[in-house]
Amino acid sequence: MQYWDPRIETMPQEKLHEMQYRLLKNLVYRLYSFSPFYQQRMKEHGVHPDDICSLSDMKKLPFMRKQDLRDNYPDGLIFYDHEELVRYHVSSGTTGKPTVVAYTARDIDNWTISLARALSSTGLSRGDVIQVSYGYGLFTGGLGLHYGAERIGAIVVPTSVGNTERQIELMQDLRVTAIACTPSYLLHIGEVAERMGISIKDDTLLRKAIVGAEPWSEKMRERIESWLGIKAYDIYGTSELSGPLFSECEAQAGFHVWSDFMFTEILDPDTDEPVLPGVKGELVVTMLQKEGLPIIRYRTGDITAMEAGICSCGRTHPRLQRLSGRVDDMLIIRGINVFPSQIEHTLLGIKEVGEHFMIEIDRVNSLDDMLVRVEITPLAFSDKIPDLIHIRKNIENQLKNQLNVSVRVELAEPGSLPRFEGKAKRVIDKRSM
Amino acid sequence: MEKESYLIKQVSLFSENKPGRLATMAKAFLDEGINIKAFSIAEADGFGVIRVLVDKTREAYDKLAELGFNVAYTDVIAVIMRDEPGGLYEIAQTLANASINIEYSYAYSGKDKAVLILRVDHVEEAIEHILNAGFNLVRQQEFL
Repeated sequence: MQYWDPRIETMPQEKLHEMQYRLLKNLVYRLYSFSPFYQQRMKEHGVHPDDICSLSDMKKLPFMRKQDLRDNYPDGLIFYDHEELVRYHVSSGTTGKPTVVAYTARDIDNWTISLARALSSTGLSRGDVIQVSYGYGLFTGGLGLHYGAERIGAIVVPTSVGNTERQIELMQDLRVTAIACTPSYLLHIGEVAERMGISIKDDTLLRKAIVGAEPWSEKMRERIESWLGIKAYDIYGTSELSGPLFSECEAQAGFHVWSDFMFTEILDPDTDEPVLPGVKGELVVTMLQKEGLPIIRYRTGDITAMEAGICSCGRTHPRLQRLSGRVDDMLIIRGINVFPSQIEHTLLGIKEVGEHFMIEIDRVNSLDDMLVRVEITPLAFSDKIPDLIHIRKNIENQLKNQLNVSVRVELAEPGSLPRFEGKAKRVIDKRSM
Repeated sequence: MEKESYLIKQVSLFSENKPGRLATMAKAFLDEGINIKAFSIAEADGFGVIRVLVDKTREAYDKLAELGFNVAYTDVIAVIMRDEPGGLYEIAQTLANASINIEYSYAYSGKDKAVLILRVDHVEEAIEHILNAGFNLVRQQEFL
């Protein structure tokens, strides 16, 4: 087993918790003393750094939300002196004002170390050639992976996104062994390569992909791995936390969250109470060592679950499951939490329907009514009505088993449902109108 | 006995039950100069299946597929009926006696003949029993 920093990565959990407590205590004192924003927040919330006497006292601290970053655009939350900063990244403002993240030299270094550990845990090392096909620039993906890959001694091919044919040529010519990109771009590369008469599996040396920055599923992993003949590892991070930070190890059993950098809470989005391992909730994070933009109890809006037990790789740090949705996307149907991603996951396993779907919610006789519209594939089309009704019933049953709430299914013609570029808006909720 | 020569390729298409779908199909046939010989719509809750027999089957299939319709070929048979009371009964009883199930059926009655179009579970047996009972079947090329 290959560790980047075995002392930290395999440290007993009690020791990690002690370390986290010391870092937390230090952080809240510093922020209370020197950050007007945090001091005011803590006072409003009736908590003083003296009240933090154990890690479980974390719950006394106020939450921080994306809106706080937007409200303080551009630099209201930036904590260090201007002269100490070495970089800004800016997240796109698709859902509001952009947010700015500032980095000190130590922030960049910790970010790089976090990724060096992550990349090493996927089995990458010196001699590997890593193509970074995340965007370089204001987005954190490209530069983050670039620094991490260089730190482990790999050779970086900084292709960024776009010009896919050239990317594939370089992948062959420079004997690329790993790629970092979004899952959809990886599939696109596979398709373009096929059109060029190149099999990623047989005609390149690619064997690993570090995949993230957009939602994907286990089914997609299976497809990527069997089709392209590589192993795909999930990676997680958002710009507020620095950028991509954590990935799965070779066991592919959830991404390892380095406890010395981040304290992880998984909370029920309705009650804000912690949930048990294996139960889905909102990821709430505290960055224990960040300087430029401190982050305490930040509600990521991402839904995930903690894996129980210690990983077979021997790393003692907690593992989180691949994100299964966004809190904002959560629907409450007859009192049950439903995520569109669960519907997507179920539909992917049903061969008679395509991957596109729409959800319509209405209230009928004061009861919530959920309709899922799916496209029937040409292969599954039978001109016998009972066959079609049987297909529909089967989809309804599978969705009900997955969601624990009954769903009506409507069969739609292929190509008739809306296609989305970028963020999909698959839910029409008529209840609020 | 070439039973297969009596199989007729019907074009079936899946349609959502909403205004304009039939018109879209019909317009496509107009544009391609395709003539409809027989036609039916079966509807379920929220969707339907349109079934047509046309003079230019291949062109109809390709055009509808190109328009994005979910379309399929289905083998049916077409039996000439006596156009008088009891015409349908004779054929239905012949199939019933042979324990052949009719999955669906539609018919047309023109000035020279009446034709019953049948989709059955055991098509070869059905053809045999119908011919043995003295009925005539229409071949695909007779639709041209």
